Amino acid sequence: MSDIVSHPHSGISLQRINAMVLRYWYLLMSSWPRLLELVYWPALQIITWGFLQNYISQASGFFAKAGGTLIGAVILWDILFRGQLGFSISFLEEMWARNLGNLMMSPLKPIEFLLSLMIMSIIRLAIGVIPMTLMALFFFGFNFYAIGLPLIAFFCNLIFTSWSVGVFASGLVLRNGLGAESIVWTLMFAVMPLACIYYPVEVLPTWLQHVAWTLPPTYVFEGMRSLLIDHVFRADLMAWALVINAMLFAASFAIFLALLQSAKRNGSLLSGGE
Amino acid sequence: MQQVDTGRERAANDAFTTDQGGSAAIDVAHLVKVYKTTRAVDDISFRITRGSITGLLGGNGAGKTTTIAMIMGLVLPTSGTVHVLGAKIPEQRYDVLGRMNFESPYVDMPMRLTVRQNLTIFGRLYAVKHLRERIDRLAEDLDLKDFLDRANGKLSAGQKTRVALAKALINEPDLLLLDEPTASLDPDTADWVRQHLETYRKTHNATILLASHNMLEVERLCDRVIIMKRGKIEDDDSPERIMARYNRDTLEEVFLDVARGRVREGAPEGTS
Repeated sequence: MSDIVSHPHSGISLQRINAMVLRYWYLLMSSWPRLLELVYWPALQIITWGFLQNYISQASGFFAKAGGTLIGAVILWDILFRGQLGFSISFLEEMWARNLGNLMMSPLKPIEFLLSLMIMSIIRLAIGVIPMTLMALFFFGFNFYAIGLPLIAFFCNLIFTSWSVGVFASGLVLRNGLGAESIVWTLMFAVMPLACIYYPVEVLPTWLQHVAWTLPPTYVFEGMRSLLIDHVFRADLMAWALVINAMLFAASFAIFLALLQSAKRNGSLLSGGE
Repeated sequence: MQQVDTGRERAANDAFTTDQGGSAAIDVAHLVKVYKTTRAVDDISFRITRGSITGLLGGNGAGKTTTIAMIMGLVLPTSGTVHVLGAKIPEQRYDVLGRMNFESPYVDMPMRLTVRQNLTIFGRLYAVKHLRERIDRLAEDLDLKDFLDRANGKLSAGQKTRVALAKALINEPDLLLLDEPTASLDPDTADWVRQHLETYRKTHNATILLASHNMLEVERLCDRVIIMKRGKIEDDDSPERIMARYNRDTLEEVFLDVARGRVREGAPEGTS
């Protein structure tokens, strides 16, 4: 064997993960529209919902008391949604570039590929959401970081859910080609009404509440309302969300591997088209 | 008829010799791939000796790309076995992927990244030591220096092919799988790439399996030719012996005979 390759390709390699993160970083830095897109929509969101929050808090005593719940919900929703998009778009970049065959033939393992996509989702999220939180502070006086330590629990749970959805959606695209691309953009919206982002779970019919409580984001948004309205941090809700997230992530990873195997049976890895 | 080059003939004979101790670079046995109702590959078997160059020939839909994809582990066989550099594929593919590489018109390098960035990323994926020097060396060998810092998407087709070849050689692979390696190249550059592949094989004792429609390329480069038709191996021998068997002067004429189902003159029984 040639001695220019440094070591056998066993285990998870940080070097390979780092190489993939570098690949996406080069791409982001080479394209200002990609960077702008990361900031543009979150900024629009916060401005729209911020003014709405201002308006209804003037008209309603409850919302005046529960200051920031709408803006807080918008920011947390963006963490969930943008986290998944950050993951999935990096994956789609490989499909659009027809580079997947090169990667699959390299020593890069699926788990390393997914880990690099997770790191990229955090980087992309930071580029989009940090300016958003600063706008919330500057224009509407809502200090997102004043949530304090509970914010870490909210963030971890939401990002885990976003990765699970991202892994599942990427598996579908891997198996079915770019014809399944629209799933990447829309799948998270299926979660939206049941995750009770802008309203409490009690608003839902009883039977639907049971469904809502199977989704980790529901616990996060309930936890946020509890914190902002009642000033109580519900650690129990966060713990439940974490347990469900762990199961969800394991299931989505298993499904991804199954879809990868199916793509290999089907021969779609080399084509990757529609 | 062409004179048989004794050196090539010897290499061709080596390419057919059963390896001692199972050291074949590629060992394919009774390989079948069925897509729904189509038998893309239909019970093919062959062994390829280390250090040889083998051409996989066949018309569109003959099963060449599917065969190469199964050797790479990107497509799962319906039945049969594949061993590459001693590892069972796909089960043990991660044991040998670092010693292989490939180039195919079905894949591209990321377009917005520069040539240097692309080679850096693939070099890191393959854990190449002294990567900067390796990239400089490839840029020298493959004449990439003038556009090393240009985005891949802004290169001509020929330049892209050379960059793809540089990526395929970044880890100095023991086994190189090439699908149409000189497609889109002008004759001068194509000839130059072929020379480079020949030199690479000699200096590294590398094994090369290439699928090509360019018969001249196959005649010039390959010790051995496997001709596929409708998923089956139609013939398997050195270019010289195949041409002699079909009583033809060029592989292109042989290819047309096979593609059009013409009866071969003097072909030994059981080889068609």
